[in-house]
Amino acid sequence: MRYASASVPAVHDVDLTIQAGQFAVLLGPSGCGKSTLLRTINRLVEPTSGTVLIDGGDVRRRDATELRRGIGYVIQAVGLFPHYTVAQNVGVVPKLLGWNEARTGARVDELLRLIRLDPARYRDRKPRELSGGEAQRVGVARALAAQPRVLLMDEPFAAVDAIVRASLQDEIARVHRELGTTIVFVTHDVDEALRLADRIVVMNAGHVVQTGPPADILEHPADDFVRDLVGVDAETRRLALERPLIER
Amino acid sequence: MTYLAAHGARVADLLGQHVVLVLVSLLVALVIAVPLGVVAARNERAGAAILAVAGALYTIPSLALLALLVAVIGLGQITAIVALVVYAQMILVRGVVAGLRGVDPALVDSARGLGFTARQTLLRVEFPAALPVMLGGVRVATVSLVALATVAAWINAGGLGVLLFEGIGTNNPDKIFAGALAAAALAIAADLALRGAERAVRT
Repeated sequence: MRYASASVPAVHDVDLTIQAGQFAVLLGPSGCGKSTLLRTINRLVEPTSGTVLIDGGDVRRRDATELRRGIGYVIQAVGLFPHYTVAQNVGVVPKLLGWNEARTGARVDELLRLIRLDPARYRDRKPRELSGGEAQRVGVARALAAQPRVLLMDEPFAAVDAIVRASLQDEIARVHRELGTTIVFVTHDVDEALRLADRIVVMNAGHVVQTGPPADILEHPADDFVRDLVGVDAETRRLALERPLIER
Repeated sequence: MTYLAAHGARVADLLGQHVVLVLVSLLVALVIAVPLGVVAARNERAGAAILAVAGALYTIPSLALLALLVAVIGLGQITAIVALVVYAQMILVRGVVAGLRGVDPALVDSARGLGFTARQTLLRVEFPAALPVMLGGVRVATVSLVALATVAAWINAGGLGVLLFEGIGTNNPDKIFAGALAAAALAIAADLALRGAERAVRT
């Protein structure tokens, strides 16, 4: 696929299957096409050629709006609606789907508990009263509100400091284990990818250069690009992987 | 102050006419300016064209515009309202464009990504986020209209300008002062009220 204004396609020649329930991480330097590829899944970007299938169905055959309501979406800048409370933000997709207030309210409280924010304390706050980490948790809750089977996350934790990022990574790993939602996660942070992914998709210059479980990427980098990306610390990183996630 | 004290009821009456003139003009102007502003904010080329036309109209001297309109529509309130609507466009459209262009792109991206339609994104996300800036445009336009509406008396549209023109015609400075004072008070009141509204909608 290619942007109209560009002579070089943003993403080209990609053949990728993500299993249901998988935590897939698209990893690569900025400008490699990973966000573009992610955004073809919910049709925020339409491919110039090729197809994107979810459960075997071509996404282009579905109404874009209705498709997106069934797919969670979290971005780096969070994008919480400043004039809505936390509860209204989290309940925004259920409202679009026409859920009644009681059902939406119950779901909002359930989600706030899932992301470990006390509903009684946070429900009526405005986004400006949240820390960066809290805002991103609410962003995740909002994306999960209507029980999507697929959750798209575009560099969701890149703007928060290292300690908050680590705790958000733990949260999303736990949410993934608890809900079994398929997650497609974009990052340029190798450690984040290794930490979270069941499967890493390494991208460079619009192409997928290697896919596989984190251990494979570390032990058998497909080429010099991947070797440089995972870097000289590959051995240390491989050792870190041997610690089970649950302990971290 | 003697005129104001002796003819308070007449001043109040003309003040009422003035308010109606400004409010009606403002409402009509908004009905035109908001859609124009949305188009101008979305489309670079259309935006440049719309702002160029609104800007050109804004540079026509108010007396000249009124004289031209009288030739076409005749004397009276309608003519005055048309002139005021034309003048307000420039300020209002700019306010809508500045407001919408200033909306954080992340808000629009998440709204679209979560499944808002284009219309829902505009009405539920972009307008609320742009409202403080758009209200700033409304405030400046309102204050300008209060001032401009005094000229409307020249074409039999009533309002506080009547006192100014009568005062000039009969060499009665006290009358001019009463009209000027009432117009200034109205402008200041509108400015304060809309500043309050701007603060109230800021998140």
